[in-house]
Amino acid sequence: MDPFGSYKFAISARATDNQIRKKSQDGGIVSAAYIHGLESGLLDGVIVADKGEDFCAIPKVATTVDEVLSAAGTKYTTSPNLSVLKSAVREYGCDKVGFVGTPCQVQSIRKMLKYPIGYRHVPDKIALVMGIFCMENFPYNGLKTIIEEHCGIKMEDVAKTDIGKGKFWVYSKWGDVKTIKLKDTHPYEQHACHVCMDYTAELADISTGSVGSPDGWSTIFIRTAKGEAFYKAMEEAGVIEIKNIDDVKPGLGLVEKLANSKKENNGKERAHRKEIGLPLPY
Amino acid sequence: MVKVAHVQLSSCCGCLVSLADTYEKLLDVLGAIDLVYSQTLADVKEVPDDVDIILLEGSVCLSDHHALETALACREKAKILVALGACAASGNITRFSRGGQMSKPVHDAFAPLTEVVKCDLAIPGCPPSPESIVAVITAALEGDMDYLEPYAELAKYGSEACGCDLIVKVINKSLCMGCGACAAACPTRAVSMECGRPAIDKEICIKCGACSVQCPRIRFPELIEKIE
Repeated sequence: MDPFGSYKFAISARATDNQIRKKSQDGGIVSAAYIHGLESGLLDGVIVADKGEDFCAIPKVATTVDEVLSAAGTKYTTSPNLSVLKSAVREYGCDKVGFVGTPCQVQSIRKMLKYPIGYRHVPDKIALVMGIFCMENFPYNGLKTIIEEHCGIKMEDVAKTDIGKGKFWVYSKWGDVKTIKLKDTHPYEQHACHVCMDYTAELADISTGSVGSPDGWSTIFIRTAKGEAFYKAMEEAGVIEIKNIDDVKPGLGLVEKLANSKKENNGKERAHRKEIGLPLPY
Repeated sequence: MVKVAHVQLSSCCGCLVSLADTYEKLLDVLGAIDLVYSQTLADVKEVPDDVDIILLEGSVCLSDHHALETALACREKAKILVALGACAASGNITRFSRGGQMSKPVHDAFAPLTEVVKCDLAIPGCPPSPESIVAVITAALEGDMDYLEPYAELAKYGSEACGCDLIVKVINKSLCMGCGACAAACPTRAVSMECGRPAIDKEICIKCGACSVQCPRIRFPELIEKIE
């Protein structure tokens, strides 16, 4: 099994800007890329999953650094990022749109680029497609059940959520830290995630996620010529600090293990669906 | 040179406008083809006999024998008959016609072209984006059948389209992961995302098919995976 899809090279990196790192989930790569894009003119609008009321996720077109920073951090719930894509081009008049999404959303945007039936004058405005590693996602009420019922923290008090070391972590605004075993969160996953074979956002220009790199750093796959050009521009501008991926712990081996386990488990789910006559994307 | 005709039945001409909306690309397209018939763009009165590609936009008014004859004649004359746009592909807003309108109150029955004659390709959308029309014409000129396969399939099976497809084919089948591609594709904003799932306003849906055809969880052709 090919765990990562095609890519040119992988590295470990983090944003050099402390302000970004303080607000971001791990290495702040998406925020750093967006902010660099907006400041250098490589991008003029970026799609973010903004924090809504009670820690829900709301897709938004961001055109300023402040908007990017206030949206930083992972929300473990669905944010229909493609739904605002046309608005970025029409209402905001953006010509160079940056996009970030889960692997499935990256697949959606790739389909939109090849078959843009309902996307007049959008395809040529997409300047960068970033993907984030993803094992599965939770519907908002699933996330709410995990956080309120299992962890005893109110949604309005959540400051940050995280997944790591086999646990789901909730940090409250008042300094509480609660965890639940990852396996106890499985019942709340959205089922549609279980047909997905893509852990590392294989169709993105640049994919990133915490797995494989030390705390506070992110693993990055550079996949396309577009992605490479953008990455080089970031490196030259000094907005990211990099390490050789082979020199960091736990390294790509862990990414491979998780990618393969997603493919294996969901491969079984797909076979099961076929057996009972349920459709799969084809 | 490949002979192409654009024929219009019951439609608003929006699909042709969409093709023209490609600006300089339209010149590339027109340069690569021999446009033998188009009421709006060329001064020709009759559709010639041997045409390689006929782009037919609009649904067929069954109360009008001229429309039926045109549809049948186009099928006969075209090597590749393309149902251009949602009215031809799936009926679109003409599905709602019940007659009584000025100035032809007796015109009450409108069927998509795909239900009247066998079509080779159908492009949904109201209108289909200029990019998608150009992509289909280019692929047809190059004989890229892999790319055209989803459009060929819509011509065969796609005569019904509605926002409800998202409910029946995606959400009900536990395939929706909430990306929002459908909501942005909808030309009338009938699709909104609520709690990470599309909600359909049936009063606003015009049955153009853009939402479900854009969904990666119904159709995800392998060629999309080729990225550079």
